[in-house]
Amino acid sequence: MIKTQSPEKKLLTGIPASPGIIIGKAHLVDRSRVKILYQYLINEDQIIREAERFNRALSTTESQLLQIKNRMPERMKDHSFILDSHIMIIHDSMLKDATIEKIRKDKINSEWALKKSFEEIKLLFDEVDDYYIKGRLTDVENVTERILRNLSGNNDTSLTEINGRVIIVAHDLSPADTTELNISRVMGFITDAGGRTSHTAIMAQALEIPAVVGLEHATKNIREGDLLIVDGSSGQVISSPEEDDIIAYQEKQLRHEQYKSFIARTSHLPAVTLDGQRVYVMANIEFLEEVAAAKDHGADGIGLYRTEFLYLRSKGIPSEKELFEDYREVAEIIAPMPVTIRTFDLGGDKFAADLKAAREMNPALGLRAIRFCLKEIKIFKGQLRAILRASAFGNVKLMFPMISGVQEVLDAKTIMREVMADLEKEGIPFNPKIKVGIMIEVPSAVAMAEELAEQVDFFSVGTNDLIQYALAIDRANEHVANMYQPYHPAILRMIRQVVSAAKEAGIEVSLCGEMAGDPLCTAVLLALGITQFSMNARVIPLIKKIARTISCEDARDDLEKVMKLKTATEVRTHLLRTMSELLPELGEEGILDLSGEAP
Amino acid sequence: MEIVKNLTVRNGLGIHARAAAKIVELAKKHSSILFLAKDGKEADGSNILSILTLACPKGTEIKARAVGEDCNELILKLSELFDSKFGEAA
Repeated sequence: MIKTQSPEKKLLTGIPASPGIIIGKAHLVDRSRVKILYQYLINEDQIIREAERFNRALSTTESQLLQIKNRMPERMKDHSFILDSHIMIIHDSMLKDATIEKIRKDKINSEWALKKSFEEIKLLFDEVDDYYIKGRLTDVENVTERILRNLSGNNDTSLTEINGRVIIVAHDLSPADTTELNISRVMGFITDAGGRTSHTAIMAQALEIPAVVGLEHATKNIREGDLLIVDGSSGQVISSPEEDDIIAYQEKQLRHEQYKSFIARTSHLPAVTLDGQRVYVMANIEFLEEVAAAKDHGADGIGLYRTEFLYLRSKGIPSEKELFEDYREVAEIIAPMPVTIRTFDLGGDKFAADLKAAREMNPALGLRAIRFCLKEIKIFKGQLRAILRASAFGNVKLMFPMISGVQEVLDAKTIMREVMADLEKEGIPFNPKIKVGIMIEVPSAVAMAEELAEQVDFFSVGTNDLIQYALAIDRANEHVANMYQPYHPAILRMIRQVVSAAKEAGIEVSLCGEMAGDPLCTAVLLALGITQFSMNARVIPLIKKIARTISCEDARDDLEKVMKLKTATEVRTHLLRTMSELLPELGEEGILDLSGEAP
Repeated sequence: MEIVKNLTVRNGLGIHARAAAKIVELAKKHSSILFLAKDGKEADGSNILSILTLACPKGTEIKARAVGEDCNELILKLSELFDSKFGEAA
C-alpha cells in the first residue's frame, strides 16, 4: 500500500563524483540561467549609464570572488587558482572590452552585449581540439552567469545562508559556488550537470563530501526538504525513500566506512597468500598523471603502460624527446618498482590524422600494433629510442603487443638492436640488459608459446584481446557482446598452456586485462601459476585482500575441478560459490554480486 | 624596443588554466606588451582566454614577442617560467 500523503519514492542515477553515502534533507539552490532582457539604448546618455552599470557589475563580481577566495577553507587552498583564473576572466579584453564596445557601437544593453561576447568566446573555444581546454569554457560560462546575476540585482540565493545540515541540489555549481558552500552545513551535493572530472567533482573529492553529478533531472524531481539518500560511490540517488531503503543504506554506510579504513590500512603491504606465495599486484596506466594514484593504491609497479595517449593527443607524431621525458618521469616516480612500457598498440582507425592511415573494415584484424610498427619503422624507432633512453632512469621493461608468431619477435628485436647500436654510437645512456617481453593476446601466439618463450624475457597475457580473438567475438558489436565470456573454459586452457611454456623456459609471466582485476578469477589464476597481475589501480587493494585469503595449494586442488567444467556458466557458478565461501563479506559489502545471476 | 624569443612548453599538462594565469600575472606586472604566437596565430599575453584558446599542449613551440621598455626583463622572466614548468609538480 502506498501512503497517499507521503511524496512518491524516486530513483535517480547519475555520475558518481565523490564517494560515500549520506542520508539527509534536500536544499534546492536555484543556479539556473538568469533570464536575459534584450533592449536597445536610445541615446548617448543611456549608453554611458549602461557602460557604468556593466562596470559596476564587474566590480561586484570581482569582490564576490575575492571574498569567496579569502573564506576558502585551508584544505581547499590548492584550488584557489580556479578563482584567480575566474577573476582574470572578468578583466579579459574578450569579455570586458568587447562587451563595452558592443554597448557603445551596437547600442544594446549590458546583458545582451555580454551574451554576444560570450558567444564569440565560445566560437574560439569550439575551434580548439584539446579536450581539457574546451572544458575551460565552463569557467567563462560560470563567470558570465555570475555577472548576469549581478546585473539583474538578483543575488538572493546565497549559499552561505543555509540552515541545518542539508544536501545541496542544484542544476550546476560553479567552483565559486562550491567554495561558497558552508561546508559544516553541507553533507553533500547532487547536480543535474557536470562530469566526473569537472572542477566541482574535484572539489567535492578534496572536501571529502559525497557528490553525484550529471543527474539531468534532479532539480525537477526533488523538492525542498525531501528526504534523500545519496550514494556517491554508485551514483544512485533516492528521493523520499522508504524505511527499508534507509535501514539498508545506513548499514551500507557503516560498512563502507569500515571497509575504507580496512583497505587503507592494508593496501600498502605486500600481498602474500596463506601458504607464503608473494603476489605482485600492479597497475595499468594510460598516462603519466596516473602514476601517483597507482602508488596510492599500493601498486607493486606499473604492469602495463599503454602508450597510445600521447599519440592520440598530439595531432602529429610526438617527438622522441617528448616521449622520452614522459617515460623517464614515469620510470623515476615508480622506481625501484618496475614499469612495463608497451610499444604502441594503434591501428589505422585510431591513428592520428596526418598518418593518412586508411580506414579499415575490420580494424581488430587489420594493420595495427606491432604490424603497423614493423611497417612504419621510423615511427617505431622513435618510440624505441625514447623507451631505451628512459631505461637509464629506472626499472623499465619493454613489451611488444599483438605478437602472432616468432618472425615478428625476431623482426622487432632486430630493429631494437639497431636502435641500441645507434644510441651507443651517440653515447646516449640506456640499459643494454633491458627486459624484453611480449603480449600474449593472439591465439596463434598461445599455440607457439614454447617457441616464443625462447626469444623473450617475459610474457604478459592480455586477456581482453585474447578472449575476443579466441572466441571470435567483437565486444563492441551489440549482437554478440553477450557471448564475450571471460570464464570460457577455452580461455583457462590457453592461459595454462602459456604459463607452462613460460615456466618451462624459466621466464616470467604476468596477466593484464580485466580478468586480472576480477575478484572471482584471482584464485584460479594463482592456481594456474600466475603470480603477477596488472589491473586498474582502483581494484588493487581488493585483489591484494583476496590474495591474502587464498591458499595456493587449496586453489590448485580446486583447479582440477574447474578444468573439468565444460561451459562458461558452469565455471562462473563454481567460482562464485568458492568465493562466497572464502569471503562472504564481499557480497555483503556490495563489491561482488554473489547471487549467481549471469552478468 | 622589441624582443622575440622561441620557447617550448615543457610541463606535462601544457598551457592549461593555471599556467595561463601565471603568464597573465607576469605580463600585467610589466609595462611592455606581450604576444605569444603559435603557427602564425598570435595571442595577447595579458589575456587569459586568448592564451588558453591558442591551445598549447606539452611540446608546443611558441614565439614570444615583447614590445616596450622592460621587454628584456619580461622575456627573461617568461622563459624562467617556462623552464620551471610553471611550478607544476612532477
